[in-house]
Amino acid sequence: MKLYGVFDILGPVMIGPSSSHTAGAARLGKVASKIAGDDFYKVEFYLHGSFAKTYKGHGTDRALVAGVLGMDPDDERLRNSLEIAKEKGIEVIFIPTDLGDQHPNTVKFVFYKKDGKNVEVMGSSIGGGNILITEIEGEKVEFTGEYPTIIAKYNDRKGMLADISKFILEKDINIANMKVTRNLQMITTAIIELDAKVDDEMVEKIRNIKDMLNVIVINPV
Amino acid sequence: MYTKGSDLIKIAKEKNKRICDVVLDYESERTGKSKKEIFEQMRSVLKVMIDSANRGLEKEVISISGLIGGNAKKVEDYVKNKKTISGNIINKAMARALSVSEVNASMGKIVAAPTAGSAGILPAVIITAAEVLNKNEDEMVEALFTASGIGQIIAKNATVSGAEGGCQAECGSAAAMAAAAVVEMAGGTPEQALHAAAIAIQNILGLVCDPVAGLVEAPCYLRNSSGAVNALTSADLALAGIKSIIPFDEVVDAMYKVGKSLPFELRETALGGIAATPTGQKFMKEIFGE
Repeated sequence: MKLYGVFDILGPVMIGPSSSHTAGAARLGKVASKIAGDDFYKVEFYLHGSFAKTYKGHGTDRALVAGVLGMDPDDERLRNSLEIAKEKGIEVIFIPTDLGDQHPNTVKFVFYKKDGKNVEVMGSSIGGGNILITEIEGEKVEFTGEYPTIIAKYNDRKGMLADISKFILEKDINIANMKVTRNLQMITTAIIELDAKVDDEMVEKIRNIKDMLNVIVINPV
Repeated sequence: MYTKGSDLIKIAKEKNKRICDVVLDYESERTGKSKKEIFEQMRSVLKVMIDSANRGLEKEVISISGLIGGNAKKVEDYVKNKKTISGNIINKAMARALSVSEVNASMGKIVAAPTAGSAGILPAVIITAAEVLNKNEDEMVEALFTASGIGQIIAKNATVSGAEGGCQAECGSAAAMAAAAVVEMAGGTPEQALHAAAIAIQNILGLVCDPVAGLVEAPCYLRNSSGAVNALTSADLALAGIKSIIPFDEVVDAMYKVGKSLPFELRETALGGIAATPTGQKFMKEIFGE
C-alpha cells in the first residue's frame, strides 16, 4: 500500500461537516454533471443507505446540488446551493430509496436535459472525500475522478483502442488505467484514466475517429 | 522513505534533520514537486485552519441541526472576563478547537486534519503554541509537516477513520500529530516528538465514536476541545523529559487492535455510547422524525 501524501492527511480543504457526506457528495455531483452535460433543467437524486437516512442532517443534499452546479468541495456557496439552484431554474428532487447491494453512501442521479433526453449516473462516496462512479446509463463502470478521465463510447470494431491511444501518445501522455466493456448492442464503453490533463485538440481528434459515438472528458475535481 | 516512527527517527538522525524536513523532502521526492511549491500549498492549508479557528471566537456559529453552537464564543468571553481555572493558554486552545468544530458543523470551510470530525485539534494547538512560543507563520507551516508525518504513519499502520477505529483513531491521531508538531516547534528532538505522540494516543486509547443522531457535532466538539488539551499537555510531558515506555509504533498498533475490537455500535453508527442514551435518542427523533 502507498504512503499517504501530506495533503491526504491534512486535507481535503472542504466544506463540513463530513468528508464522506459533503466533500465526497460534492465531487460526485460535479463528476456526474460533467458526464450529463450542463444543459439540464431538473435532477433527481436517489439516495441509498446512510445518504438516504442522514442527508438532511449532514447537508448531503446541499453538497450534491452544489456539485451538479459545478462547485468544488471547498466552495463556500455550497451551503446555499439549494437556493442557487432555484435562482437558476433548476429543479432538484431527493428520493430516499434502496439501490440494492451498494456502498452505504451511494446516489443515483437522473439528469433531465433540455433536448428531452435523460442521463443516469450512479456513484459512491467511499471515504475521505474520495468517490467511485459505478454506473453510467445503466452500464457498469468504475473510476475515481482522481485522474483525467476519457469516457469513449463507440460501435465495437477492431483497432478502435489503437486509434484512440495513438492520439494520447501523440501528446506524450501515459495511460494510467483502462477498462473496456461491451454491451449486447455491441456498443463499447472505454474508460481511460490518464497521468496528465487532457487537452481539447486531443479530444477533438478522438471524437472524430470513425465509429465513435460519444466522448466525455473529466478533469480531476 | 519511512513507514514507521522508527524510520522517521533513523532518517532524521542520519541526515541531522527534523521530522518536518524529512517529511517535506519525501513529499517532494514522491510527487516531483519542488519543496517551495509544497511549502506554499501547506501555507494555504494553514490559512484555512486559522480562519476556521477564529470565526467562532468572533461570533456565535450554530450547527445545521442546531444541536451545538456558540460554545467557542462562550469560552472566548470567559477568558476575557473571568479568572479561569486551567489558565488562559488551555482555554484559548479549547475555544479555537470548538470554533473549528462549529464551523465544520455549520457547513463552513475547514481542513480535514486528519478528518473533518477531528479538524479542530491541530489548528487550535498549532496557533496556541505559536502564540506562546512566539513563532512566525513559516514555523507554523513547518509544524504542519511534522504533524503530517505522524498522520501518514498512523494512516499507513492503523486507521484515522472513526467508522473503523472509533474516536481514538480520529481525535487520538489528531492529538498525536499536534503533540509531535508542538514538540518540534518548541525545539524538542524527533525522539521527544514521537514520545509526545505516543503519550497522546495512550491518554485516550479506547475512546469510542458515538455521535448523537449520527451527526459530526456532539460529542465531537467536546472531544476536539479535550483533544487539543491532550496534545498540549502531552507535548509538555515529553519536553519535560518523560518518555513513553511503549514505543510510538507499538502504541499505534495497539490503537488499531483496540479499534478493531470495538463493537460496531461504538464505531460511528450512533447505536451506542451517548448517542444511545434516552436524550441522545430524543435528539435523533427531533432531527430526523420517525
